[in-house]
Amino acid sequence: MFLIGLIHLSFFIGKYPISLNEYVQFLKYYFLNETTLTEDKIEVLNNIFFNVRFPRIITAVLIGASLGVAGSTFQAIFVNPLVSPGILGVLAGSSFGAALGLVLSLPWFGVQILTFVFGFCAVLLSITFLFISKRPKSTIILILGGIISSALFTSFLAILKYSSDPYDVLPTIVFWLMGTLSYSDKNTLALVFVPMVFGIVILSFSSKYLNALSLGDEEAKSLGVNVKYIKIYSIFFATLISSLTVVLAGVIGWIGLIIPHITRLLFGADNKIVVPLSAIIGGIFLLSSDMLSRSLFEYEIPIGILTSIVGIFMFIFVFIKAKQTIC
Amino acid sequence: MLLIDAKRISFSYQEKQILNNIDFQLYQGDVLSLVGQNGCGKTTLLKILLGLLKSKGSITILSKQIETYSNKELAKLISYVPQMHQTPFDYTVLDVVLMGRLAHIGLFSNFSLKDKKTALNSLEEIGVRHLIDKTFSKLSGGEKQLVLIARALTQEAKIIFMDEPVTGLDYGNQLKLLKLLKELSKKGHTFVKTTHYPDHALYASNKVLMLKNGKILDEGDIYLKLTQQNIKSLYDVDVEIISKENGYKYCIPNV
Repeated sequence: MFLIGLIHLSFFIGKYPISLNEYVQFLKYYFLNETTLTEDKIEVLNNIFFNVRFPRIITAVLIGASLGVAGSTFQAIFVNPLVSPGILGVLAGSSFGAALGLVLSLPWFGVQILTFVFGFCAVLLSITFLFISKRPKSTIILILGGIISSALFTSFLAILKYSSDPYDVLPTIVFWLMGTLSYSDKNTLALVFVPMVFGIVILSFSSKYLNALSLGDEEAKSLGVNVKYIKIYSIFFATLISSLTVVLAGVIGWIGLIIPHITRLLFGADNKIVVPLSAIIGGIFLLSSDMLSRSLFEYEIPIGILTSIVGIFMFIFVFIKAKQTIC
Repeated sequence: MLLIDAKRISFSYQEKQILNNIDFQLYQGDVLSLVGQNGCGKTTLLKILLGLLKSKGSITILSKQIETYSNKELAKLISYVPQMHQTPFDYTVLDVVLMGRLAHIGLFSNFSLKDKKTALNSLEEIGVRHLIDKTFSKLSGGEKQLVLIARALTQEAKIIFMDEPVTGLDYGNQLKLLKLLKELSKKGHTFVKTTHYPDHALYASNKVLMLKNGKILDEGDIYLKLTQQNIKSLYDVDVEIISKENGYKYCIPNV
């Protein structure tokens, strides 16, 4: 409910001021075909709504939701509350892919493809460590593989940054890695919308198995959970939606780590509630951060910076509130 | 009725033979105690019968080979109460007990009202209904064990495996738990448990299987088989088995 209200609110905020009256009139025009606005005004509003703000709002909500869901899923699978979606190297790999595309001056679509492909490569690399190690079921080895894979792609990224044109390409890479929603466009969104929503829905449904999974593989198996299968497809879909967030808006940190915690503080630890609600709270969180980033200063602040700052305040607020109700 | 019939089970871990040609039968209504020294293969045997470890030999459960069951089907026949452990997240007792229903629902369905009722009934049956909204990880050892037994009942499996159920519990809770096992077995539940206490085996079970160095030392009716000689052979301890006038037997060490 709050999310829906916020979506409406965020239509107002931005460079071009829109009054409440205009917004209502516009909705009236759109749904009831009656309005007091002039034709010109409607055209301007139409453009702002459907080409600028609408894709941006959906992008923000989708990314927040994806990172929230991926974060809570990974935390449950690895039985570790300090895990974030980047644990298996997906964010490092995607960043490298994006930078590679920019250095090669590929068209934007090519950059996005590389972003996605390298995100998956990085995760595959960390899983490969499982198979060359002698303990193919060990979570520690998998996390270690993720750290190695992240480090590898981060160094590759550093090489790219170091060797790229400091006046043109380098700033673009740096801004992209800070995360920004200002590139959000309808076409990319249309392409990734279905897989992202599908991933979020699948992970939300399978979240009921995560409680059992976090007690250990053997106990989960004895409860009738197909451990291998659930782990593989949870990691697959969490990787999918995380790498797609980078495709849409670069690396937006912090959400995947903090949103699951906020959700748990508010609603308890039960993963079958935490995962779907992480989607909603993640969406709310990123949308409000984005509104701030658009309206705080004359120019837009990269959203990646703001999520950290807003995240800390949100976390403190929830922490204080939770202390009153839980203890 | 014969529930589990396992023949010639052998298992090795990194070239070390853990179990060697074990035959194992379990009948409806049995409470079977697995006894033996640390490292004799009790827990390994449990895990093999649960389908968690693969072994040589054949295991049939309700006259079907264990390999032909899916995880879910097997979980509807055998439930498992593991040794006490910590949970990473602060699940409520209801969350933990509801895990027992996972084998009964599909991927895209959620727990129904009926599932929740089953969970409530098992908590009621074990006598821990009042714990329902408590945080599992903050319970005492005894309460945790009771909740895990409630989860096993919620799973509605014919057979319940328990790995050292009383370890870590205080004296009073140990006896309470054994009494509960006895009551549940009278209601038709079948138990297999590992234990380090001959006394507990004598009190709560009707069958015993003694393992020594991965082989069966002896097995059968508990009063006939858990004898002075066998305990001496298992643990190298001299004991006396005393019969009381109420029919129970007790095991007292001679020190």
